Amino acid sequence: MTAMSGSTISQDAFAGRLSRWRRRAKLLWTGLTNNWRLFRANRIGIVGVSIIMLFGFMALIHPILLSGLSWYSAVGLFIVFWPAVAWLALPILGEHRHNRKISLPVTVGLAAALVTAVGVGLGDTWDAGTYHPVVGNEADPPTRLLTVVNDVTDPETEMSLRQALLYSNPDGSPLLPGDVVEVREQPAQPYGRHWLGTDPLGRDILSQLMKGAQSAFLLGMVAAIVTVSFATAVGSIAAYLGGWVDALLMRLADLLLMLPGLAIFIVMSSVFTFELWHLAVLLGILSGFGGVAIVLKSQALAVTVKPFIEAARVAGASTARVILVHVVPNVMPLSLLYMMFTVTGAIQTEAILSFLGLLNIDMSWGLMIELARNQGYFLTGMRFWWLVFPSGLCVSLLAAAFFLVGRAMDEVINPRLRRR
Amino acid sequence: MTRYIARRTAQMVILFLVFLTLTFLLLTALPGDVVKQKFATNPNIPPEAAQLAIERLGLDKPLWEQYSSYMWNFFRGDFGFSFTQYPRPVSDIILERIPRTLVLFLTVLVSYYILGFVTGKFIAWRRGRRGEHALTVGGVLLYTVFYPWFALMLIWFFAFYADVVPINKFLDPQEWVDAPFSSNHVFMVIFAVLLVGAVTALVFWILTRRIRDPARRRRIAWTGYTLLGAVLVWFWYGSEFGSARRLYAGDIAHHMILPVMTITLISFAGIMLLTRSSMLETMREDFILTARAKGLAENIVRDRHAARTALLPVTTSLVIAVATVIDGGIITETVYSWPGMGELLFSSVINQDLNLAIGAFSFVGVMAMVGHLVVDILYVFLDPRIRVTGE
Repeated sequence: MTAMSGSTISQDAFAGRLSRWRRRAKLLWTGLTNNWRLFRANRIGIVGVSIIMLFGFMALIHPILLSGLSWYSAVGLFIVFWPAVAWLALPILGEHRHNRKISLPVTVGLAAALVTAVGVGLGDTWDAGTYHPVVGNEADPPTRLLTVVNDVTDPETEMSLRQALLYSNPDGSPLLPGDVVEVREQPAQPYGRHWLGTDPLGRDILSQLMKGAQSAFLLGMVAAIVTVSFATAVGSIAAYLGGWVDALLMRLADLLLMLPGLAIFIVMSSVFTFELWHLAVLLGILSGFGGVAIVLKSQALAVTVKPFIEAARVAGASTARVILVHVVPNVMPLSLLYMMFTVTGAIQTEAILSFLGLLNIDMSWGLMIELARNQGYFLTGMRFWWLVFPSGLCVSLLAAAFFLVGRAMDEVINPRLRRR
Repeated sequence: MTRYIARRTAQMVILFLVFLTLTFLLLTALPGDVVKQKFATNPNIPPEAAQLAIERLGLDKPLWEQYSSYMWNFFRGDFGFSFTQYPRPVSDIILERIPRTLVLFLTVLVSYYILGFVTGKFIAWRRGRRGEHALTVGGVLLYTVFYPWFALMLIWFFAFYADVVPINKFLDPQEWVDAPFSSNHVFMVIFAVLLVGAVTALVFWILTRRIRDPARRRRIAWTGYTLLGAVLVWFWYGSEFGSARRLYAGDIAHHMILPVMTITLISFAGIMLLTRSSMLETMREDFILTARAKGLAENIVRDRHAARTALLPVTTSLVIAVATVIDGGIITETVYSWPGMGELLFSSVINQDLNLAIGAFSFVGVMAMVGHLVVDILYVFLDPRIRVTGE
């Protein structure tokens, strides 16, 4: 039972590294395509993936609009376009989907062409001084003619005397009831230059939404990756080692599960200057070490009693090797599922903390909502809809999309829900 | 079983000590100091007096001493004074807030669990049909909607535009000017009525389920529910005790409509999906096939065989939800300015009211821990497949 014998056996049995890796890649590809076929049958999941791709497109196109095509945005765009083309455009064009020999080069070419078209067509169309999401400002907003009256009945055409104190006639004399004054107004409602209008500081809402999408993706991805790594590690180690390690880790998980999450973030945000990635890592640790770890541990427990673990140990594999090579891959699918739900939670937590004014970040959807609420635009109802609706809908939609994808993955991964 | 509970309780005490220590350290690490701020910005207080106050509150002592004296006092039931509402003790403030949170969130929990369970049962039974897709997508959209935003939209629509409910707070001060009762007294009365009513209805529901003949069951059940309703109506309108408090209770209920509606709408989908997956798992079991093979009607198989077994995870999630109600209440109570425990937690941390914040935190922690213990014990009783090891 030494490590030596184990390594010699494996080298004898699998002579030639290349073929082994090739076989693994092939297995992985088959597994992926199978799962994708199962996933595709779920219409709700497909809706989720489409929404995520749309937001991904928004996030990626933002730097191109502001400063032109760079290689990393090109790669990013290609990653969004290629599946979209392969999956949407080809069936429409009449290409046979299962003919991989034709479809692979065709889809890659089409996607590359699309990326180039976007880069050339949209590159650098936005002037940074006007369209920057944080420091931009529309210097020349549309004007409106307002009549000064004693008692405002129609805010669209009339201005109160009190507000008129801020303006004067062209000759410098104060405004009296009945005078007409030309007002340049921020927030400006949507028009040609700003498709979703501007905020009270004259910044473009659409640009802010795109920047917010970037923040949301960054946050979601970091939080999800941290969650998955923590949860898989803690779950596998606790399940395989058992004993006091298990007890310690699980009590820690209980502690984290018990902590009032939002309240902790509120405290933390007053102790530290909270930036986006701090929040992402903290969220990842809290959910990865807490609830998700407990679920993954129960999954890992079911794996550790399987005969192949015993076999690996008899063959002389070290503890680390058994956990890494045999336990973790079997727990991974479930942890990927929780990754999706973590993204939903992370996006919403960020928005809530921004909403309470506790985060130190440039621009996010939560911050946009906070600004609109702070300045009292919420109770004006539909009048300033471009301040109230786009940001709130974006948070809700992206969170919903990840949730739907997670649920659809659940049906694929969770054997008890399979319909066969 | 007793040994298991004893062991868990011991673990809980240790866990709580760690939790309390962490909370204490984290909150003391907050930059700035509310007492110093209060005295430093007040020119009427001479520096010696300010120093005296700080010394009297023990804030000049080293951290270890502060910590040990806090812990000692905590376990003797003395949570200290609140800094922001100075002479009031923390326990007094917490006791004042609890009934408000309890009444609001128990109503909310009951309403969204019932709605979620009923719809979940429905969509599990019609898996893959149009009704399921519509309910799932609608429910998930409501479930993942950005909650404060949705709440503000509902406030705008119902309280501002349609003007059918009050905008915020839990009572209308004008109606309470010469009220003979404190609001907390009325909250306790509402709480008692809700609890007695709910327990009676539940017991009655369980009892009537045993009646075999459906027509007879329906008759008896509806008579019972009508009777319960009549007793409630008599309590608020007929009895002297209730009718004196009816106006005030009505005012509170009026203020509760909007928060209850909002949380029910955004939360029921979680329970719906939970019920659905648990129903789907149950429906693969052999006894469902047996029940169908016996020729039982579909709705009997659904309600009495599948749904009853599927109720298990829903019950446990209900207990967890009760235990973590305050954490979830932070947003609700902030948006609706409902002065309960969640709002207390938030404002005490924001205002750096150390004692109050630690007190509120420890309350939340105790509730969560007891909830987890209750869940584990419930599981042993409800699920015959689970056995406590070491017996």
